Amino acid sequence: MPYRLDFQADSSITKALKESPEGHERMALNMGPQHPSTHGVLRLVLQLDGETVVRCVPDVGYLHRGMEKLAEEKGYHRFIPYTDRLDYLSPMSNNTAYCLAVEKLLDVECTPRAQYLRVILCELARISSHLLWLGTAALDIGAVTVFLYTFREREKIYDIFEEVCGARFTVSYMRIGGMSVDVPEHFVPMVTHFIDEFGRRVDEYETLLTNNPIWRKRTEGVGVIPPERAISYGVSGPSLRGSNVDLDLRRDDPYLVYDRVEFDVPVGKHGDVFDRYAVRIEEMRQSRRIIRQCLRDLPGGPVKIDNHKVILPAREKIKTSMEALIHHFLLISEGIKVPEGEVYSAIEAPKGELGFYVVADGTGHPVRMRIRSPSFANVSALPEMCRGAMIADVVAIIGSIDLVLGDCDR
Amino acid sequence: METLLVLLIHLLKIIVVFSILLGCIAYAVLLERKLLGRLQVRWGPSRVGPFGLLQPIADGLKLFLKEELTPTRADRFLFVLAPLLSMGPALLAIAVVPFGDTTNLFGLLDQPILLQIADIHGGILFILALTSVGVYGIFLAGWSSDNKYSLLGALRSSAQMISYELVLGLSITVALMAAGDVSLRNIALSQGDGFWNWWIFSPKWFVLPGILGFFLYLISAFAETNRLPFDLPEAETELVAGYHTEYSSMKFAMFFMAEYCNIITVSCIAVTLFLGGWYAPFPFLPSGGLFGCVWFAVKVFILVCVFIWVRGTLPRLRYDQLMKFGWKVMLPLAIANVLLAAGGILLYEMWHGS
Repeated sequence: MPYRLDFQADSSITKALKESPEGHERMALNMGPQHPSTHGVLRLVLQLDGETVVRCVPDVGYLHRGMEKLAEEKGYHRFIPYTDRLDYLSPMSNNTAYCLAVEKLLDVECTPRAQYLRVILCELARISSHLLWLGTAALDIGAVTVFLYTFREREKIYDIFEEVCGARFTVSYMRIGGMSVDVPEHFVPMVTHFIDEFGRRVDEYETLLTNNPIWRKRTEGVGVIPPERAISYGVSGPSLRGSNVDLDLRRDDPYLVYDRVEFDVPVGKHGDVFDRYAVRIEEMRQSRRIIRQCLRDLPGGPVKIDNHKVILPAREKIKTSMEALIHHFLLISEGIKVPEGEVYSAIEAPKGELGFYVVADGTGHPVRMRIRSPSFANVSALPEMCRGAMIADVVAIIGSIDLVLGDCDR
Repeated sequence: METLLVLLIHLLKIIVVFSILLGCIAYAVLLERKLLGRLQVRWGPSRVGPFGLLQPIADGLKLFLKEELTPTRADRFLFVLAPLLSMGPALLAIAVVPFGDTTNLFGLLDQPILLQIADIHGGILFILALTSVGVYGIFLAGWSSDNKYSLLGALRSSAQMISYELVLGLSITVALMAAGDVSLRNIALSQGDGFWNWWIFSPKWFVLPGILGFFLYLISAFAETNRLPFDLPEAETELVAGYHTEYSSMKFAMFFMAEYCNIITVSCIAVTLFLGGWYAPFPFLPSGGLFGCVWFAVKVFILVCVFIWVRGTLPRLRYDQLMKFGWKVMLPLAIANVLLAAGGILLYEMWHGS
């Protein structure tokens, strides 16, 4: 947005919303892009009748960074760090989703150990993303304390990520054909310790919220979206399952080793804020179950595939082996040569279906990449959820669909 | 000479009480941050001075040195008046609160003095009147700032305060009826000799109306002071900062101080009306003179902690739910409570033949 005093921030929307069909003037309230509870830079223009929302027009794009165009320029390998910044609350999932798409084009499959580790890390990312959602959603409704409780556990997940790859937030850990390094030895005990304790913690959050009459009053029957409408908007993830649509890509279109672990897919009944809350809470428990099974079955072996046309050879080898040096040089200078073709591959990210559509032409750069981000589709359902709600409900609804603007605007 | 001395004593009382009150406000903020911190598994302020004890001073200095901003299209006169209207009544209300019985300051004075600034006969009416004026501060602040969020905050607050003031008044009535007086000093004096004589438990009306009255009072006091779960006028995550969104520097500090001052005042009134004022919970404990002040302070401290505890626990109600709760639950309960208490007192007095 230009920093000019005479610049009117998209006055057309605001002006249009000041008028009502009956002819009398309504209040048009501009919520965001700077507002404490629009989770980043979402802008909503609300047409108000008293405190009741008559219309709600979302205005996205304040965090647009041109990710899809950047992918065409950067090449396959160098795009991985950009995926961290899509849904920056679950970079592990984004890394995995992207690498799986490119691996599908290359027709390679990573090693069993890498597959199990990816599942464990994706589920940890899911827990961490849901924890942040829980904290902020409760904060939006006024329960301050839950926020700090969830951040305590989230810190521990970040400690695990730090041990694994050195970064806490933007991990860039996955590689096309595996992951950058193997996990350290104390990874398994660390994760075990975390999930052992975590079950008790989830119960703790629930004691503060689930049966609290004020919490119930604020969430039940608010922001209802019926299943068919949710499907038509392309809503996915927990927000869709809250509306009683039993769809989870981990179970219905299994990738990695999800077909080898047992877990339940929680589904809501009414499609209101409370159901979406309950679904996410239960998902955290299910993630814990998945991680426990994966840790039990975690095989040994390498984490990178043995194909150095795809993944960089080990650093030590470059100094001793000529082939390794050549592979390294070619991979860095030309990038991974992905055969011609196109592919769409999606995973169940914490926020919903995260898909990458990649068109390759045999060079080191994709011709076109399209990111199907869950938040963008979920935002489109906001106007319908907010119709007839009150301002306080709008805040609760935004919280309940778990928006991340980095994911939405790309 | 005599009048001069009386005047001097009154002046001294005012200075002492107000400086203590201002200190309490500053440290109530620190107490809130510390206690809330502990509830939320963190430390709270701990950097400025030992245990963060100088934090209120640092906060005050910071706000004092900030730039005062006034929005271009604000109504300047009302914009300046609003924080004064908010702060003034909040401070004034403490004038009629009795902190203790009488003292001659360890034999320094020939005549014992009242531990209270002014013993007005209609003390409680004075306080009710002042809290009503406080609404103007908030409403005018929201209206004069020329900001939609402020305006919405102001609308919410006036609706909320007007509805809950009724409940507040009715819940107080039980204590007034039992004591048979509206002077705060006389109400406190009627609750001596052990906690079973406090109006919250008093046998005069088979206990229930007292407890109910106390909790009705406490809930409406939460609404009156804009604290969670009724902090709608300044609901941060909805209305940015509500009615004081556009305020900065000392003008903001005045709203902030008014909020904490109100918490202390409503706690003082609750203690005076329901929790035995300055009297110790058991008759064998001393509660005369300055001992009374200590008991009073302890009780107020506990109530202030309750305010903070609730803030750390509960989510916020929605505007329409708040109004429904006020008019459809609280008000009928308060009216029924008054009738119940009146019946109880009637029966008691018939029985004992007063």
